[in-house]
Amino acid sequence: MTPIELTRNRLVKATLRARWPQFVIRAIALAGFLFAILSGFIGTPVGNHNFSIVFVWIVWWALLMLIVVPFLGRGWCAICPIPMPGEWLQNGALLKPCGKGFSLNRKWPKRFRNIWMQNIAFTLLALFSAVVLTQPSVTGVVLLLFLVIALVTSLIFERRAFCRYLCPVGGFIGLYSQVAPVEVRVKDPAVCAVHTEKSCYTGSKDGYGCPWLVYPGTLTKNINCGLCMECLRTCTQDNVAFNLRSFGADLKQSNGRKLDEAFKAFIMLGAALIYSAVMLGPWGALKSAAYSIGTPQWLVYALTLLGLIYVVLPGTFLIAVALGRAVSQSKETLKKSFIAFAYALVPLGLMAWIAFSLSFVFASLSYLWPALSDPLGAGWNLFGTAHVAWQPYLMSIVPFLQAGVLIGGLLWACVTARRIAAEKHQERNVILHALPVMGFCFVITAGLMGLLIG
Amino acid sequence: MMARSRLSPRWIVIGLLAVAIIVVPNPIALAAPAEQHFRIEASSFQYTPEAIQVHPGDHVTIDLVSTDVVHGLYLDGYDLNVTADPGQTATLSFVADRAGSFRFRCSVTCGALHPFMIGKLNVGSNDLLWRAIGLGMLAMVAGLWAVRR
Repeated sequence: MTPIELTRNRLVKATLRARWPQFVIRAIALAGFLFAILSGFIGTPVGNHNFSIVFVWIVWWALLMLIVVPFLGRGWCAICPIPMPGEWLQNGALLKPCGKGFSLNRKWPKRFRNIWMQNIAFTLLALFSAVVLTQPSVTGVVLLLFLVIALVTSLIFERRAFCRYLCPVGGFIGLYSQVAPVEVRVKDPAVCAVHTEKSCYTGSKDGYGCPWLVYPGTLTKNINCGLCMECLRTCTQDNVAFNLRSFGADLKQSNGRKLDEAFKAFIMLGAALIYSAVMLGPWGALKSAAYSIGTPQWLVYALTLLGLIYVVLPGTFLIAVALGRAVSQSKETLKKSFIAFAYALVPLGLMAWIAFSLSFVFASLSYLWPALSDPLGAGWNLFGTAHVAWQPYLMSIVPFLQAGVLIGGLLWACVTARRIAAEKHQERNVILHALPVMGFCFVITAGLMGLLIG
Repeated sequence: MMARSRLSPRWIVIGLLAVAIIVVPNPIALAAPAEQHFRIEASSFQYTPEAIQVHPGDHVTIDLVSTDVVHGLYLDGYDLNVTADPGQTATLSFVADRAGSFRFRCSVTCGALHPFMIGKLNVGSNDLLWRAIGLGMLAMVAGLWAVRR
């Protein structure tokens, strides 16, 4: 499908270029975020009645994984409130550039210009997730840490270094944004090549240089584009477009594949497996182990999680890739093949998370109504819904939806693996090279099916 | 040309196989309905036993015994609910007229991990799981055939 330029529509373009709509949404999100921190500390300690738990881990998570990431990619990053205070100080302005900000504006260290830090940050969150997801005060601490680290990072380093290199959520949103049917791209790279100002990167009176440290002229993937629309505002050549495109368009590109991103795919897939077993499985001992931080049981749980996502999954996948490489007599190095095929796990992982979220969200969504009326658990009844009883939604059809989503993810992963193999091979060898990877994807999918609908 | 390639025999075969996997009846003979009685202990944050198995059509009685705080048992798919006070037994009776695997979950806030306090009722064989796995295998074949197109 040829991308359709949505910014050809003057209203769409004007809306995306305008600062106020984005600012208002982000300001509302910031207010909600600060209230979530507050309610985490002073609200009821009962997690499923506390605003922070219900709005962050149920409502926000549902919107993020079921709607925003699959359809808008980094759409959340475009309105995320976490970097806002730091950006204001860094820019010395709330909206358009208008002065000198407060930041050392140092360059991010070269050796950390990858998503390994995000991988580690997500792993740490995953290790403590049973507590983070259920204890309001811990959620409050985590959210506050996000805010403080983002602020400090903005004061030391240039642009949105926190979002690009540290945010544990941004890491996986970026990975999965490759499947989203939207993108910001330049219309004609030749125009950028001869445009010496490069205002999209350096900034102008109309906007900031790309906060995500990306030069839009060579942007070919969504991973590092935060959809902030600054380049749309600063481009003097009218050469930046917001496009509608086919799902998974980035996965068809053979350039720019990296080991840190490949590992992010394993981390996310492993976490989906572990969460499905711990949170949605019937094994009480597993839940207790994940919750009892510091105990020998938790240590076993932590080592299992780390072993699965950093050793077992990548190791098994490496064997599958090596097998395919051997039987297809591929000339490509094992490392390159490993990295390339890991991108087939992107649709598989996203669908795994959607399947997990369907069960979790629909079982818990009705906690929203009391939390809306009584966000701090202080006995309020603001909207008359404080006493609405818990009721799971759509639980009769959720297993069917999960099955469909997982099958769709597997099909998508297999087609992607086939496409990746086809980059280097003739027809017969394509099958041989891709088949073990497809087998790996099938085993993972069957495992997820067993955990979620078994 | 496009229409012809979409209707190529291999895709028709895949489509027919998919339909067959979805609709072909389960050949396993059903056992005669019987009375099934279970005692399930609920404690933070697990049910013991964690999973129970019955046949389709069985008349199921569950005695829910809470060993610490108030717990509940809500059965997905059947939309049934029962709560038990500490040390007390509450009883839930129903006919297992829907086959498959159904989660039951605590319906009374009982502590930090309450939203994840889950058990499982298996009624007959889990057709959805096996059919989904069959469709998954077919998805793999479709991926392979797509290569050869």
